[in-house]
Amino acid sequence: MNARYGMTIDVDRCNGCGACMVACAVENNVPPAHAGANDRNGLTWIRVYKVDNGQDYPDKRSAYIPVLCQQCGNDTPCVHVCPQQAVDVDPTTGVVGQMPERCLGCRYCMAACPYHARYFNWWDPAWPKGMEKTLNPDVAPRMRGVVEKCNFCHGRWHEARQRAAAMGIPETQPVDYVPACVEACPSGAIRFGDLNDGASEVARGAKEPNSFRLLEKLGTDPKIHYRSKRDWVREMGNAPRPAAGKENQRG
Amino acid sequence: MDKEFIARGAKRCPGGKFLLWLLPWALLLGFGLYAAGLCLVLGLNQTNMDNRFAFGLWIFLDLTIIAFGAGAFFTGFLLYILKIGELKAVINSAVAIGLVCYSGAIAVLMVDVGQPLRAWFTFWYPNVHSMLTEVTFCLSCYLTVLAIEYLPIVLKNRRLREVPSMLVFEHELHKLIYVLAGVGTFLSFFHQGSLGGLYGVLRGRPFAFREGLAVWPSTFFLFILSAAAVGPSFILLTTWMAEKISRKKLVRPEVLRLLGRISGLLLAVYVLAKTLDTLLWLNRTSPERGFPAWQYYSWRPFGTWILFAEIVLFGVLPALVLLTPRLRARTGWLVSAAAMACCGVALNRFVMTVQTLALPTLSFDRFLSYYPSWQEVGTFLAVVAYGVLVYSFSFRYLPLFPEERELKVEALAEEEELAAAGRY
Repeated sequence: MNARYGMTIDVDRCNGCGACMVACAVENNVPPAHAGANDRNGLTWIRVYKVDNGQDYPDKRSAYIPVLCQQCGNDTPCVHVCPQQAVDVDPTTGVVGQMPERCLGCRYCMAACPYHARYFNWWDPAWPKGMEKTLNPDVAPRMRGVVEKCNFCHGRWHEARQRAAAMGIPETQPVDYVPACVEACPSGAIRFGDLNDGASEVARGAKEPNSFRLLEKLGTDPKIHYRSKRDWVREMGNAPRPAAGKENQRG
Repeated sequence: MDKEFIARGAKRCPGGKFLLWLLPWALLLGFGLYAAGLCLVLGLNQTNMDNRFAFGLWIFLDLTIIAFGAGAFFTGFLLYILKIGELKAVINSAVAIGLVCYSGAIAVLMVDVGQPLRAWFTFWYPNVHSMLTEVTFCLSCYLTVLAIEYLPIVLKNRRLREVPSMLVFEHELHKLIYVLAGVGTFLSFFHQGSLGGLYGVLRGRPFAFREGLAVWPSTFFLFILSAAAVGPSFILLTTWMAEKISRKKLVRPEVLRLLGRISGLLLAVYVLAKTLDTLLWLNRTSPERGFPAWQYYSWRPFGTWILFAEIVLFGVLPALVLLTPRLRARTGWLVSAAAMACCGVALNRFVMTVQTLALPTLSFDRFLSYYPSWQEVGTFLAVVAYGVLVYSFSFRYLPLFPEERELKVEALAEEEELAAAGRY
């Protein structure tokens, strides 16, 4: 049976340390921010948002929600819009892949993504002198003018796949591996596994009553399941509800 | 110095004056090309677009000028397919405007993509489900059709007609004009629609997402209708401006009124369809996807005024003016209504592009604003300057308005008649 890789993220455990962001960047050769970059045009495959319940002190509560590509499983918005098939869903893993070598840089997929989880290379990738030695040889850096996003550490999956092949495990069998963010999270908030495997931790976690997904009503069937015991945090998964006439500044 | 190139019977300003007119536009074009060059060489970091505002001024410009350029296909359709002969007076001008609009849009698209050298990938690895694939195919095919349609107009140049083979070539091309008009109409209908579909299919953006027929969202049909409505209005506006700037009578007033009537009729149908679509979207499409529609209009500055302006101020109002014979007969009303119709469609394209991207989809994300950089504005202005230059050259050397000569003779005869009446 094909795998359907997914994640559970326990929002109540996330302390917003950003280790996942750093680990992701190192693993996937995401270059350091250009001097002209800001939070709107920088590159990061996983972004930790700080949110609060909109109350004033002493009732104010905050939480951190890491947002990465949600690996939509149903009518994946970015796959449908790409004019040159640079985005696809791997049927054996359910992972939404991006082919930078084929990307035109039209950014239509970015407009289509409701999670703002796609990033454009506005600058040429550059590493400070000496730091290029830290590049991961299993992942090709992307050039200026193309879109990139989380692919559940495709390099690691590929390596695991090769190991499995060497051990004689057939291609149809899912392989065990963890993306860099899962490995780096100090509080164990992020779990990864096969959602099709009912016995896996993520499959069980996804079915918990406190589990929610972002913008579930859009029907995109995301494979990232969040979890929180707090009602107001679970509410964050829904569409914006700004107070009439006021700008929402909670994000 | 260029008198031999100017059509017989047409009077044009002296060469020096013409060069003086061209100078500011040429400078603007030069500035714009420099700005576009920066974007191509240094990258799109020269723009103020970002990961949230993935599209900006340029896509708005593309969608708008392509809607304005619809006058070319729609006038061709009315003239050659529906046989409305009066429109022969503006068809050449419409083709020139269409060519300018479409080639300008494609040039800007080439700057707007991150890897312009990979543009051919869309033809090699086409994703048949993508509206952008449909846009790319139809745009490039229709631009080819427009270039072929423009060619006979160029071949009508006085000097070129002196070459016998050119004359034969022009004659042969003319035989194709009905086929070209048909193909152009088909292609143009499709790509106007697919431009609407670009946003209508974005199921992750419920502000833009629309239900529809088969694979086409309602915006597919609304874009066709609105482009067909505004195309004649834009032809009307440009003809009126050409008359004012050149201080010449170029078409009979009835032709402008006819364009206004066609535009008004289609605008009325469009406004009705748009209203029904908006009601369906507000009450069903958007709420079903978890997005109560009222929240879109609580982000400043995009209040409900924008909906009112788009449908009532720039939709119902100009449609009423254009459909009222008494108002249509007065040039001021006619031209103002045509300009308002153009503004309405431009506003619609702005809403679909900029407002869609400005609105947050995640509850913890912010509403963000965007201002184009000078490089974006410069590239935008380059397209305007390019359009003015191509149209100016076409107006000077090609018979854009075939009735001009006839009108001039009539005006002279009228003057002589008046003079004679005064003498006796």
